[in-house]
Amino acid sequence: MLSSVRLAIIDSGGANIASLRYAIERLGVASELTTDKLVIRNATHVILPGVGAAADCMGRLERADLVDTILNLQQPFLGICVGMQLLFESSEEGDVDCLGLLPGRVRRFPDREGLPVPHMGWNNLEIQHPSPLLKNFTEQDYVYYVHSYCAPVSDVTLATTHYGEHFSAIVQHENIFGAQCHPERSAKSGALLLKNFLSIE
Amino acid sequence: MRFRDHVVVGDIIDLASRYRDEGADELVFYDITASPHGRTVDRSWITRIAKILDIPFCVAGGIKSVAEAEQVLGEGAEKISINSPALSDPDLINRLSSRFGVQCVVVGIDSQTVDGDFRVYQFTGDPTRTRDSARRTVDWVREVQERGAGEIVLNCMASDGVRTGYDLAQLKVVRQICKVPLIASGGAGAPEHFRDVFTEAHVDGALAASVFHSGNIAIPDLKQYLIGEHIEIRP
Repeated sequence: MLSSVRLAIIDSGGANIASLRYAIERLGVASELTTDKLVIRNATHVILPGVGAAADCMGRLERADLVDTILNLQQPFLGICVGMQLLFESSEEGDVDCLGLLPGRVRRFPDREGLPVPHMGWNNLEIQHPSPLLKNFTEQDYVYYVHSYCAPVSDVTLATTHYGEHFSAIVQHENIFGAQCHPERSAKSGALLLKNFLSIE
Repeated sequence: MRFRDHVVVGDIIDLASRYRDEGADELVFYDITASPHGRTVDRSWITRIAKILDIPFCVAGGIKSVAEAEQVLGEGAEKISINSPALSDPDLINRLSSRFGVQCVVVGIDSQTVDGDFRVYQFTGDPTRTRDSARRTVDWVREVQERGAGEIVLNCMASDGVRTGYDLAQLKVVRQICKVPLIASGGAGAPEHFRDVFTEAHVDGALAASVFHSGNIAIPDLKQYLIGEHIEIRP
């Protein structure tokens, strides 16, 4: 089934998109790293990775004139890390308006005793709603996080993680998916998440 | 986990695969190919590692500029770790964190107790050049955080390689002023040492090399032990 996948990874300009491409390669799927609207529109699946600050990433999408293209995607679309944060209405990081595909504002973790920011490390997922994206997941699946900002828990939340507070770990609204963790660096659990996403038709 | 000894790339890939399969949560590679004279070096080994690893990894050693860091990250590393170059050029931390984000920038600190205080040592990779950097460890820990370190690896030199346990006294002091993830390094010799560094010094991670390379401690056994001791880790 994965053989029919034509994946477009939107080139959001981060320094380490390479690791995502290698993770996709390990699943036997070819991907194209691109800012070409036609390639993105014609892909069966689209991933928006994000490394760096939300305002910078958003600025790069605007300069590449990709915002309308992204807003009109009908195929399964996954935002990862900052790429997921951009799906929301706005982010406190640089006080920037984002894509607004999902409701809510992304906020910084407050300073809490014993909880360093950035939140960096492995945590499990607490599953709130079943979804094809979380097929075969259990609460023993740990994923790898590196982030200082997080999205609130809401109706679009499929799974949460607890770090001083519950935040949205995995989200979905119709064809729009988001993962705050780095599936490309989350060992077998991350590979399962990517495989599940690419199996959604 | 550290790869500090001279091993050829094929061996590194075998070792990295082994630790990946055994459940290591992160790997640190000390890049011994890095030149002390600033000439361009071949870093394609990083790509080969990035293609087979599905866990985060950090490259340490020889990164003295934004351009070198960009090359390492571009090859697929998640993080870069700087130590002696940060002491010679502290602003390097600012430049790296503003270019790549604090989450990429690990600062390694080699520290030991001198006359009842903790002091930072520089050039510890070369015993003939190792010297007191004339900085107090607590001052340097504060400064690197202000400059944009996203993680600190504190290598307690007196403990390093002797396998008598992490330097809990020093780690506790640094933990109190360290608001970013703190990784303990130096001294691991038994599973209890890992338990103690988490429960007593409250570090975010424990780094070890020789006990894993030698096979004295197997990672799956260590993880089972720590879970049994109620420490929350990835199984």
